[in-house]
Amino acid sequence: MRRRFLRGIAASVTLSEFDGASSLSEHRDELRGCSVLIATREQLSAALAMIELDGIAARLVLCPAGRSPAELRSIALAAESDVVIIDETAESCDSATLGSVVRCGPTFKTINAPDERRQPTEWVLLTSGTTGAPKLVSHSLASLAGDMQDPGALGRDTVWGTFYDIRRYGGLQILLRALLSGGSLVMSSPDESVPDFMSRAAAAGVTHITGTPSHWRRVLMSRAARLITPRYVRLSGEIADQPILDGLRAVYPTAVIAHAFASTEAGLAFDVTDGLAGFPESVVNQRSADIEIKIEDGSMLIRSSRTATRYLNGDASSLRREDGFVETHDLVELRHGRYYFVGRRGGIINVGGQKCYPEEVESVINQHPMVQMSLVKARKNPLLGSVVVADVVLNASADIVPSDVAREAVRNEIMDACRRTLSAHKVPATIRIVSTLEVTASGKLQRPNA
Amino acid sequence: MSTRSVILSQLVLVAKEHNQTLAPLADDLPLLESGLDSLGFAVVVARLEDQLGVDPFSSDDNVEFPVTLADFIGAYESLVK
Repeated sequence: MRRRFLRGIAASVTLSEFDGASSLSEHRDELRGCSVLIATREQLSAALAMIELDGIAARLVLCPAGRSPAELRSIALAAESDVVIIDETAESCDSATLGSVVRCGPTFKTINAPDERRQPTEWVLLTSGTTGAPKLVSHSLASLAGDMQDPGALGRDTVWGTFYDIRRYGGLQILLRALLSGGSLVMSSPDESVPDFMSRAAAAGVTHITGTPSHWRRVLMSRAARLITPRYVRLSGEIADQPILDGLRAVYPTAVIAHAFASTEAGLAFDVTDGLAGFPESVVNQRSADIEIKIEDGSMLIRSSRTATRYLNGDASSLRREDGFVETHDLVELRHGRYYFVGRRGGIINVGGQKCYPEEVESVINQHPMVQMSLVKARKNPLLGSVVVADVVLNASADIVPSDVAREAVRNEIMDACRRTLSAHKVPATIRIVSTLEVTASGKLQRPNA
Repeated sequence: MSTRSVILSQLVLVAKEHNQTLAPLADDLPLLESGLDSLGFAVVVARLEDQLGVDPFSSDDNVEFPVTLADFIGAYESLVK
């Protein structure tokens, strides 16, 4: 029978290695009842620590790589960390201020301690943070895993692949699915190119693969898309517009293409597999569903057993309203019986008093066959406060660099399309053709002030 | 192209894009009667910043609001050397 594995960029472990052994060696038992900060550089080490310490530690804080010492200190303080876990590849960190240090590696050592797991463990994730300092969001394994616990559900040959960091909500969902539903997992790395990850995923036999729409646009641009033949392709973390869904359908015609709505605070709300952007009206206001969704003041709110309970820092009680609903700040519009995401509340561009959602304009621009992805933003303007402008990345379809004339033609076509579909103030004042657009560490298009 | 002709070309182009009819572009034409609305002017100003490298209306110093076409062109000419 195929052995289940967790595979990172530099190392791989099979789950059977956990039998009678530990990646934390003699320290595991000392961590009972402690607040543990997992601050490894490699995702694989973090995954091993999570597996080992659930049911043992009182609190696990999942810290994505790249935090400065000052940030780590402030997270450790807010989480009241007793112990910080680093991996063998990390340089020594400022352990005196962070608590005692335990090393976790992808190598296992036999231990004799009983594997008792009776401690209810609090799982703490960091949000990407809209204004700098990330918030610490408290979950439990029950809220994170939800209904994932059926080992037979997907079959032992299921191999998950993900572009997400498994220390963030979207990636953690995939790690838990792989662990709880009997499969394996291939993790990516921020240092790894898309084609390299796709090659590794193909070599691992990936069957189910997830990422943000921005990750997927890069896949479609890379010519590595067809290295894999997945059964299931999933998008979440950003608005999945019709062009990216159609693009994936064309490249993976036999796969289920699903897009999901989830956030660190609100949890996983629903997924859509009908191939269309947005979600059906029937998802909202269902009476007896485990997950209740409602729309207030244009934005979506969620109440379910999958939401987080509170923040550890900042205003603890502000995560949920008194009625238990979590505000997502994602704006939606109902059109012909279907809801469409139109943008984040904080991202609205104000053009002389008229509103414009960048995502709405992007989805029009993205429909042009030569456009791979676009970023719409506000540009300060002395007359109207702001005007709308767009940066556009073209398909690298052939190895032909479009001439200036061709680019001008594409720019004009995009403008015409915008003028036909959008009200005047939403049409970009200028369109710039750029070679790349920045994507954040969590795989989302980098937006100014987002 | 001179600054003046860059500006005039852009006014004509934006008016066409916005389906607006421009009045004859004389020096003493009041901007509010030009046929371009404020959105149109906002777009012109954004594009002229790209083309000429300056935006005379965005400084925090006391900027005089241009009244006529000549004022508008003059604001750019004084910055473009």
